[in-house]
Amino acid sequence: MGMFKGTRLAAVAAVLAGLLGGAATAQAADPLKVGFVYVGPVGDLGWSYQHDVGRKALEAHFGDKIKTAYVEDVAEGADAERVIAQFGQQGYDLVFTTSFGFMNPTLKVAKKFPKTKFEHATGYKTADNLGIYDARFHEGRAVIGTIAGHMTKTNVIGYIGSFPIPEVVRGINAVTLAARKVNPNVQVKVIWVNSWYDPGKEREAAETLIAQGADIITQHTDSPAAVQVAEEKGVWAFGQASDMAKFGPKRLLTSIIDDWSGYYISRVQAVMDGKWKAETTWGGFKAGMVKLGALNPAIPADVQKAAMDVKTGIEGGTLDPFAGPIKDQDGKERVKAGAALTDKDLLSMDWYVEGVQGKLPK
Amino acid sequence: MSIELLDATALLLVAMMRAAVPLALAALGELVTEKSGVLNLGVEGMMLTGAVAAFAATVSTGSMTFGLLAAMLAGMAMALLFGFLTLYLLTNQVATGLALTIFGIGLSAFVGQGFVGQTVEPMAAVSLGALSQIPLIGKLVFGQDPMVYLTLALTGVIWWFFARARAGLVVRAVGESPHAAHAIGYPVRLIRLGAVLFGGACCGLAGAYLSLVYTPMWVEGMTAGRGWIALALVVFATWRPWRALLGAWLFGGITIIQLHVQGMGVDLPSQVLSMLPYLATIVVLVLISRDSTRIRLNAPASIGKVFHPEG
Amino acid sequence: MAHKPSFMPRLEPRGHASPSMVYLTPLLALVVTLLAGGLLFQVLGFNAPEALYTFFISPLTTAYGLGELVVKATPLALCAIGLALGFRGNVWNIGAEGQLTFGAIFGGGVALACYDMEGWWILPLMVVAGMVGGMLWGAIPAFLKTRFHASEILVSLMLTYVATLILSLLVHGPWRDPEGFNFPESRIFSDSALLPVLLAETRLHFGALFALAAVVGGWFIIARTFVGFQIKVMGLTPAAGGYAGFSQRKVVWLSFLVSGALAGLAGVSEVAGPIGQLQPTVSPGYGFTAIIVAFLGRLHPVGILLAALLMALSYLGGEAVQIGMGLPLAVTGVFQGMLLFFLLASDVLIRYRVRFGRPQQEAKA
Repeated sequence: MGMFKGTRLAAVAAVLAGLLGGAATAQAADPLKVGFVYVGPVGDLGWSYQHDVGRKALEAHFGDKIKTAYVEDVAEGADAERVIAQFGQQGYDLVFTTSFGFMNPTLKVAKKFPKTKFEHATGYKTADNLGIYDARFHEGRAVIGTIAGHMTKTNVIGYIGSFPIPEVVRGINAVTLAARKVNPNVQVKVIWVNSWYDPGKEREAAETLIAQGADIITQHTDSPAAVQVAEEKGVWAFGQASDMAKFGPKRLLTSIIDDWSGYYISRVQAVMDGKWKAETTWGGFKAGMVKLGALNPAIPADVQKAAMDVKTGIEGGTLDPFAGPIKDQDGKERVKAGAALTDKDLLSMDWYVEGVQGKLPK
Repeated sequence: MSIELLDATALLLVAMMRAAVPLALAALGELVTEKSGVLNLGVEGMMLTGAVAAFAATVSTGSMTFGLLAAMLAGMAMALLFGFLTLYLLTNQVATGLALTIFGIGLSAFVGQGFVGQTVEPMAAVSLGALSQIPLIGKLVFGQDPMVYLTLALTGVIWWFFARARAGLVVRAVGESPHAAHAIGYPVRLIRLGAVLFGGACCGLAGAYLSLVYTPMWVEGMTAGRGWIALALVVFATWRPWRALLGAWLFGGITIIQLHVQGMGVDLPSQVLSMLPYLATIVVLVLISRDSTRIRLNAPASIGKVFHPEG
Repeated sequence: MAHKPSFMPRLEPRGHASPSMVYLTPLLALVVTLLAGGLLFQVLGFNAPEALYTFFISPLTTAYGLGELVVKATPLALCAIGLALGFRGNVWNIGAEGQLTFGAIFGGGVALACYDMEGWWILPLMVVAGMVGGMLWGAIPAFLKTRFHASEILVSLMLTYVATLILSLLVHGPWRDPEGFNFPESRIFSDSALLPVLLAETRLHFGALFALAAVVGGWFIIARTFVGFQIKVMGLTPAAGGYAGFSQRKVVWLSFLVSGALAGLAGVSEVAGPIGQLQPTVSPGYGFTAIIVAFLGRLHPVGILLAALLMALSYLGGEAVQIGMGLPLAVTGVFQGMLLFFLLASDVLIRYRVRFGRPQQEAKA
């Protein structure tokens, strides 16, 4: 019954399309169709913006051989499944869904469209045609934590958080561990703004942290508002997601940059070569998924060297940002000397290390 | 009190007054619109259009004055559309205002496409040398950015307009009883259009404050719901300008205080603290609303109702 | 000067609503929208007929698409019917979004509490809980309005933000999926707690029947009951209502309880239907969009049903042109706004006719 209805309507539609003209397009060479589903608008200058930079890099790299499309600002509720399914229905070859909240919808749709390959960012569920990917942003945070530990005079680092999810908690812990390694007196103050981007509120949070003694601001929210405040008030700041140097020409120490271009290109190439498999990718500096912006010349040479040592150590696998010993806030030893947190521990992190102020909601 | 504590308090108050500027500007504009009997729920849309116009004009011309002008014009253009629909085509005001917001979100995103990631020089704070260095009152009274003073001045002017000026009385009459005002010979629709346009200009300025002064950048949807708060503040203020400003300070102040409480490491979930500005506004509203007769005196009687001169 | 002929168009009251215009104006608006939208797309360099086809027709060409249309329209219609009842009585509930969220919290809470259980009774219990949740959240503005005269506009709007934060608190904390790596989502509800799908291969779920029931029930209350009559009278002239012995207090309570219950029903239908779990956001603003839907539907349940479907189509169409033609969401928003403006503006022809020249009386004078 449902099928019949669908076919009839499709026939009517084809006639209408003929009448209206131009709707039925024939494609000469079949380009590979790649779809993207974004949680924010591409103009958010943060998370979705960077994914779209990756999409544009795909187009530049493959030219006519691919066709890309995206839907932006897709709510993480009932809408997500429909949008993802539309890509499946229209015969897309590869679809990237770029927000954690798209995990279950992507899984549902992947089961319905076995021919389409799906890749979901920042989740943990996979299927034969559903791979997952994420970036080890905490590697970048270990570098900026090192810089912050050296540069702070007040020994207070301010941290603006979006929502208390494992990824953000992991970042806070990475900064704290790295900073305290070079300066055991450092305390990290956290303020949650309960939003991924609300520039005004991020500004207010940054001002508050500075008023409470922080001379270094770092954030896990999308906009460069905190960098602007740091520039204005003469404290140090770090960029997040994209290179935010022009928002804080004097006071930006460096930026952690999300770079999805290389990953997207390699995955599309894999589909073209018939070599795509559902994989779990969690790449950092080494894979080129996390990059560091230029270092501010105001950073003393020895600090620059310390920062770059951390980066090369992580790249070379000789340095693990979450190597023991690690104590939690209550002084309890969570990781023994010589051990390190596993990826699974990191993925589900819901506790603060020693040196972070405030409590995580349980 | 030590000097440090005084300075910290002053910083808190300065931050509060700045956070309140976009809320207060938009609320004051909407207040004037509503006083004339028109309810425009498109504040968020007009603010966004103002924000993007201000940013685009400043980037293109290099002049912040042009930016502010462009924001007012953009807000007014949106308001004109709303005014034409509601006053001359007699559309439902609530629905038209909401449609205006949808339209404005789309339009601002469209215009702003090329401006994401660009920067402008932020507006400098007023500096009166030694005066601005006085503890507590220095920064508070003599060291704010010009828009803070403008907001204060505007509040005073609107208060004076409705309380003392003959023209203000006419606007109020139009809002109270448009048919009576029409019978006396006042051009009801033109007066209302004027009030709607004034509201649009204020909302445009409120948006410009965000994109030029507070966080000088353009990102889509950067007003982040402030237009809705401004609408609520007009009700909160029971249509009185000073109370609208106080409401904006209250809301902005509690927002900032809850951030300070978080920074001190208080063991309360951040979500609970983030609720405080909303809850506090409700509590204060309940406290001031108990005397209902005074609200009825201030609420424009014809608000939201369609007016046609021939009935 | 009085005799100078004028060709300025003006509106002349018809005296009574034109029955034909009631049905003609939406069609007229649609035609104007197609023309203006076509122009917009063409100017922006897109093929206009293709864009219009993709926007309005392509989403409806498959059974799946039709199912999605109803899925998207369901929460809009549920919320809007409840709101319309209040709007008729001049009760301004702006916070259906919060009531929807509370319905999701209550209904979803039952689903999580009954996670290890099976039984036919779980779903009805969830539905009742969802409606109670919505009613409770709607009862707060009603209470503060009737007891302290606090504006329901402000209270219901502010409570929306509070409701969203409460949901956020729950899914970031105690209601997290224990096997979910501490991500902010609840468990996926068990099969006993999911609304049945009505049509295979689609997501069309049982909630659509709730919406239909609300249309019938809403129509019955408005057209056939004394309560509906009371609300209408209160809306037209509160004073007359007062003389007739109606209490405004009663109208406020009734409006908020009914609209809260329906919004709550929408919320629980979303989480037990297409979403299947609790998440930090359960609605992309249905409670706010429903306000427009209520007025587009002229506050009449059948009109609201049609308006909800049209509104839903405009979202589906927006997604279709993004995927099919690379039209940015921003353009869709502008187009959606235009569509709404035309629809609202065309209604003027129901009560007024367009005349050129000066009114008769003035010309004589």
